[in-house]
Amino acid sequence: MPKITIDNKEIDFTQGQTIIQAAEAASIDIPHFCWHSALSVSGNCRVCLVEVEKMPKLVIACSTLATDGMVVSSQSEKTLSARSAVMEFILINHPLDCPICDEAGDCKLQNYTYKHSNGESRFIESKNSKDKRVALGPNVMFDGERCISCSRCIRFCDEIVGEKQLTFVKRGDRVTISTFPGKELDNDYSMNVIDICPVGALTSRDFRFTSRVWEMSSTKSICSGCSKGCNIDVWVRNNQILRLTPRQNDAVNNFWMCDEGRLNTFKHINADTRINGPQVRRDGALSKVTWDEAFSAAASELKAFSKDEIGFVGSPQATNEDNFLFSKFVKSNFGIKNLTFFKHIIPGTADSLLQKEDKSPNSFGAELAGIKPSKDGYDFASLLSAINSHKIKALYILEDSNILEIPEIESYLSKLDLLIVHSVNSSVLTQRANIVFPAASYAEKNGTWINCDGIIQRIRPAVTTQEIDRSLDGFSMSRLDKFGTEYDRWNQTAKVDARPSWKILCGLMTVFGQKQKFSIVEEVFSEMSNTIPSLNGIDYSSIGDLGIKVSLKSPIPATIEGKH
Amino acid sequence: MNTNYANKNRLKDLTFWQKIYVPEIIKGLSVTMKNMFKPNFTLQYPEEKFIQPDSYRGRPVLVQEENNIERCVACGLCARVCPALAIEVQANETESEKERYPEKFEINMLRCIFCGFCEEVCPEEAIIMSKDYELVFRVREDAIYSKDKLLVPVKDLQDRINYLREFKG
Ligand code: SF4
Ligand code: SF4
Ligand code: SF4
Ligand code: SF4
Repeated sequence: MPKITIDNKEIDFTQGQTIIQAAEAASIDIPHFCWHSALSVSGNCRVCLVEVEKMPKLVIACSTLATDGMVVSSQSEKTLSARSAVMEFILINHPLDCPICDEAGDCKLQNYTYKHSNGESRFIESKNSKDKRVALGPNVMFDGERCISCSRCIRFCDEIVGEKQLTFVKRGDRVTISTFPGKELDNDYSMNVIDICPVGALTSRDFRFTSRVWEMSSTKSICSGCSKGCNIDVWVRNNQILRLTPRQNDAVNNFWMCDEGRLNTFKHINADTRINGPQVRRDGALSKVTWDEAFSAAASELKAFSKDEIGFVGSPQATNEDNFLFSKFVKSNFGIKNLTFFKHIIPGTADSLLQKEDKSPNSFGAELAGIKPSKDGYDFASLLSAINSHKIKALYILEDSNILEIPEIESYLSKLDLLIVHSVNSSVLTQRANIVFPAASYAEKNGTWINCDGIIQRIRPAVTTQEIDRSLDGFSMSRLDKFGTEYDRWNQTAKVDARPSWKILCGLMTVFGQKQKFSIVEEVFSEMSNTIPSLNGIDYSSIGDLGIKVSLKSPIPATIEGKH
Repeated sequence: MNTNYANKNRLKDLTFWQKIYVPEIIKGLSVTMKNMFKPNFTLQYPEEKFIQPDSYRGRPVLVQEENNIERCVACGLCARVCPALAIEVQANETESEKERYPEKFEINMLRCIFCGFCEEVCPEEAIIMSKDYELVFRVREDAIYSKDKLLVPVKDLQDRINYLREFKG
């Protein structure tokens, strides 16, 4: 293998790598703005200048190929003075209005200015002025003065999304970013330019001015928008989710996520429509009851029907653990004849980058966890017709809001004599239900999902409910969380009384005389990995932050699909 | 652990002169008499109030510009630096040129320790330690000062601002 020496460290590299790539692979950080490992080389920012032995001038590390025996210094005096000169150039026209800039605290330019700049400017002329607050598209705002013309956003649209929407216009120091005439920055992935913009020139119209980055905690989780399972960070302040951002995982989503997932998969969690505490229908209206009352009500109502009259609907939105306990509960008390789930497929919504047609994050896992009818049972479509013909009189639905997308769902529901649901938000389902169990959302519990490629990944709690505690249950914490007290106003936000479905099922099974020994979700997972061959040997620590591929001992049969 | 802090040289008993009492009284009274004729430093607060030097750190206030708008741009640095977690800022967008303004700005005066860090960190010279030290409230909620109590016209703060410019650069 060829070798290159960077800062006195000898590194193996593969032929064709540039200096910056070889350095990155060896965890040596060469400063850069315009270079991005997922994009083509542009070489315009010049911050990555390094000194190479026997070369007369400094070279840019992002476009110079590493060669065998090359000796590179990213810390030599010459390099450092060139770097600080480049910084001075970049800052000539930069407003440095960090106090009002949303990027502050999370800004490459700000960081490099502290690290690599001498803090003085010899430029006495006035800075140029450009357009500010330009809406490039429905989700992205542009500030021309802050742009350092690195072209990352342009290259992202061209190379990753494959839609030419952005370009440079004008010349010299007047150069600025613009959409092509008559076009908008409106592709399905447009908001990723906000993340890759090294400065605060591109900001999210949804999140602008909402919070400083240091005021929030970030929790590693998974997007619930479709079966791709993009890795995300969930940003929380005062127990409220403020934004989602993609988290790098080369096996799943690389650096990206779609705008749909980023904007529309978290707002329901802090919404007023959250179900707070279990509810049982009495005299026609839902009324709040204690958990124990709800459990015994559910048990006695279910026992009023014969086994064949009850349909059980698992959930591709719930975790593997939830579905596993659901199938266990159903199997031991009613048999799995009518145990199925609704696979929410929207044809034509898949693309070649990330988005998938299956709009649930865990269809694969639901099935693996045992949500599968026996041969003589109903799949989801026939379950619906059995409801229509009144063969199925009672329905138990695990958390699944996608069921609402089924056309004329209300007419089916109205035919039922008993409806029990676990639900995060109130909806047509809960309005029709006889018993409603408030379910913790994906941002309020631990668990695992399996994505469309069979990669099992973890979700983690970021928002507290009444039964969990931020510090005791190992959440990631912001400064205010760490140093405040429970009497502070930022700890006064209302917490809902909801439990993860697996816990609700444990309570229900106790009423059925099958007391479960689980007290934490890891225990459910370990029973699962012992019973399901594909999951043998897997535990939460081996899944880690990036997930692992589930080895499929038996191929999963073609899944049941609901009518759409 | 046996640590003896008592001073072994100190007498256990009173001396003869102390025992007869009167000389000690005279000694004490002579101190009183001496001080009675010295100049008087006591201020008759609250009728009389003391005049603070410009370096005095009273409660932090927000500078209100002549156009009645706060100078603060809601950058959040004061809230970040405040060791007592007393400040809460919520930014939002404004149509005016400064783009960003504090939709909500609150200081919990039960938490504030008058350290002046917020003043020191502020990039806009927008939060200033005033000379106001009279903070009275009967319920905790009243101790949370919001913009209506925090905003002070810039002309009333000019002394402190000049002092900061001169001595803190
Ligand atoms: S882009 Fe970075 S350096 Fe420029 S104003 Fe914003 S935070 Fe400051
Ligand atoms: S807007 Fe951001 S990403 Fe695009 S060229 Fe300017 S600095 Fe680079
Ligand atoms: S004076 Fe100190 S304690 Fe008081 S608000 Fe300012 S930074 Fe916080
Ligand atoms: S540091 Fe100054 S400008 Fe920033 S939020 Fe505090 S008072 Fe406002």
